Amino acid sequence: MVVRTRVNGEWREADVWPGASLLTFLRDSLGLYGSKNACEQGECGSCSVWLDGALVCGCLVLAAQAHEREVRTIEGLTDAGRLNPIQEAFVEAGAVQCGFCTPGFVVAVADLLEKEASPSPATVREALSGNICRCTGYAKILDAVNLAATRMRGGT
Amino acid sequence: MKAERPEAIPLAGGTDLMVELNFGRLRPAALMDLTRVTELTLHRQENGHVFLGAGVTYAAIVNELAGFTPLVQASRSVGSPQIRHRGTVGGNLGTASPAGDALPVLAAYDADVVLRSQARGERSLPWQAFLTGPKKTAIAPDELIIGARWSRVSGPGSFSKIGTRNAMVIAVAGLCLVIDEDHRRVKVALGSVGPTIIRATQAEEQIASAMSNSGAWQDRSITIPDPVIEQFAELVASAARPLDDVRGTAAYRRHGCRVLARRALRWTLEERRLPTWL
Repeated sequence: MVVRTRVNGEWREADVWPGASLLTFLRDSLGLYGSKNACEQGECGSCSVWLDGALVCGCLVLAAQAHEREVRTIEGLTDAGRLNPIQEAFVEAGAVQCGFCTPGFVVAVADLLEKEASPSPATVREALSGNICRCTGYAKILDAVNLAATRMRGGT
Repeated sequence: MKAERPEAIPLAGGTDLMVELNFGRLRPAALMDLTRVTELTLHRQENGHVFLGAGVTYAAIVNELAGFTPLVQASRSVGSPQIRHRGTVGGNLGTASPAGDALPVLAAYDADVVLRSQARGERSLPWQAFLTGPKKTAIAPDELIIGARWSRVSGPGSFSKIGTRNAMVIAVAGLCLVIDEDHRRVKVALGSVGPTIIRATQAEEQIASAMSNSGAWQDRSITIPDPVIEQFAELVASAARPLDDVRGTAAYRRHGCRVLARRALRWTLEERRLPTWL
């Protein structure tokens, strides 16, 4: 079946197997490999994207459910190849090791900071509770969120 | 549409069904996307009744139904932000896992499940008639779940569950306790400790009559003695019908019910002394 979705502001379409997930559509049909395919059961958050503005796991959305809808992915956060402030903060804080979980985390952090510019530590943990990192132990990821939040508020 | 294609599997938030598809365990002849049916995403309150559309997500409950404390507490405990944006109450009902977090709340509210078919129109089934066993329901092949409906309960309540961490937890045991001041009843429902949701009716009767005998229904300042609370917790634990499985042993689950019951009763009794729920 043909699925037509507005991805990062641009209408894209592809013929997919009717049982395909949004994640498969993004990666295999559209070549957007930023959203990662890991657990395929909504546990790890590495496929986090926005569907009509809501943070979701791309693996748990049927591609057909995104037909004629709006999707934003990690690729939509970078502007002309320049890193987003959240991505910069992840690099500087050492919040990236193997990097596989990073796009999902960056999307979840962007979702949080768009809603709440100064989240409490508990709010940050809650917002990231659907993303799993098996390398960093999370401390540096939390540092990166604080760094990004401070910079995005205009502080140093 | 469901009448024309009764073999079509309804798909809402996909948090259960998509896993089956992704892992190749299910290859349905057809899928039916319910997320475009706006009617299902609505909730309303009228004449003391609450109707919660099958497509209302857990995120929507947390944002829009703040007055329903146990329902909000259960919804907040579901998965993660990503899962709460997609998962729906109708999905919990349709999947009918004994671990569905919304189900003990609907059971404690004595909710009806509203079903509709083209041929026979709408019908309501009490939750216990709808949930017939683990992952089994009384739905007919040409029917869809429209939502859940219950009479609004006046009184405090709570939902709590046991799991290995604070997010992404399939409950090892879950409990909803609701105090119904108007009918002078305490209602307790258990999840994840039996083939389906269980109401601890003996415990409900024990605590309601203890509150009658001590005059606590009329006078909220009267405290319930600890031995009465312990007996209540024991009766709740004995209502469980748990199994050993990968998430926990039967003995641990029964013990968990005891602890959850004791705490939930203490919290709600404390809250009715400070009636913020009014």
